[in-house]
Amino acid sequence: MAAELEIVSREALFDLALRLGDTSLVLGHRLSEWAGHGPLLEEDIALSNLGLDLIGQARSFLSYAGEVEGKGRDEDKLAFFRNAPEYKNLLMVELPKGDFAFTMVRQLLFSAFHLPLFRRMINSTDTTIAAIAAKAEKEMSYHLRHSSQWVVRMGDGTEESHARCQKAVDDLWPYTGEVFEVDNNARELIEAGIWVDPEYLRDEWNGTLDAVLNEATLKKPESGWMQSGGISGTHSEHLGHLLAEMQSVQRAYPGLKW
Amino acid sequence: MSAVGQTTTDNDLQTRAYQAAASVCDPEIPVLTIGDLGVLRDVIVDDTGKVKVRITPTYSGCPAMNTIAIDVEVALATAGFEEAQVELVLSPAWSTDWMSNEGRHKLRAYGIAPPVESGSRGSLFGVDKIACPQCGSEDTAIISEFGSTACKALYRCNSCLEPFDYFKCL
Ligand SMILES: [Zn+2]
Repeated sequence: MAAELEIVSREALFDLALRLGDTSLVLGHRLSEWAGHGPLLEEDIALSNLGLDLIGQARSFLSYAGEVEGKGRDEDKLAFFRNAPEYKNLLMVELPKGDFAFTMVRQLLFSAFHLPLFRRMINSTDTTIAAIAAKAEKEMSYHLRHSSQWVVRMGDGTEESHARCQKAVDDLWPYTGEVFEVDNNARELIEAGIWVDPEYLRDEWNGTLDAVLNEATLKKPESGWMQSGGISGTHSEHLGHLLAEMQSVQRAYPGLKW
Repeated sequence: MSAVGQTTTDNDLQTRAYQAAASVCDPEIPVLTIGDLGVLRDVIVDDTGKVKVRITPTYSGCPAMNTIAIDVEVALATAGFEEAQVELVLSPAWSTDWMSNEGRHKLRAYGIAPPVESGSRGSLFGVDKIACPQCGSEDTAIISEFGSTACKALYRCNSCLEPFDYFKCL
């Protein structure tokens, strides 16, 4: 990994590690909000397990971000002592958890993209990114299977569950464009073989969604105007509220340990 | 007390350190050691008697890793190795193939169905066919893809009607 830093800029790699780490962290936190509120006991446990996987991935990415930055910030410093504009997560993951249909549709949209993303990242020329991706890829395949099954069950379920699922798909759709965004930093990393050009993932992503939504009798929206801003630090109001809660203990008692 | 004695050879030391570290149990599945699980990657004793241990997580978010690291240090100290350093490595990624056969037998005897090779992980709607660890029947059904810990799924046996945990294939 150290060799790579001579080829690509430290800033670009730091940015990528934050983008991946923050996205996992924020979605993991959203899933943790279901603890004790799941629609049934098994699902309550499942949602916590999904969140745990994501927070585990976030720890790996943020630790690496701190290492790349070289200013002595570890995973906790990065997670608990940055403000919303410094977060690089996708906007999709910071939206409130909504109802169970919204949460499951978001998991589907997220994992249908991140499974092939991590699979390709296993071949990253950056050995740390490759190692984290190799672990995350296995986990993501369970996340995709789990959310696919729920979306089919609810989409092809009752009138009510179908309507809620379709609304979730429609509401979340404008947030899906961001996963394909490539800025200058990302371009630099793609050229160095560290990061994956998301365009290569579009066919698989479309194929997965067509298969699941079709089975679920749900309609995939026409591609239209897409939200943008998360990866450059322009967030919705929701992230600030999420961080206020997630960071409250460390902000009040810096360095506190269990 | 130093672990580096006049009469012990380097090989003895390595073996002793390895056995001490490998005997540490997984806190969430106490019937398995980290040796059985394949979580223990390697144990190296240097010239000064200092031990370097490398462990790898089963899942990214496995909350047992901190406890395991502390337990390894304690086990080594008890075996006479006062200085030990436990390092977490991610690569190569842990897979259920690393679980020993003995580990699989112990799991089944404990009431947890061991991981099977099935290739269904990649399929969108696939479900693994798992034998009940209580009665051996293959007439089982999945209750939830996620069980009591990140590494397990919850199943039910349609023959003996017992619910059981399945250690998922990774
Ligand atoms: Zn049975």
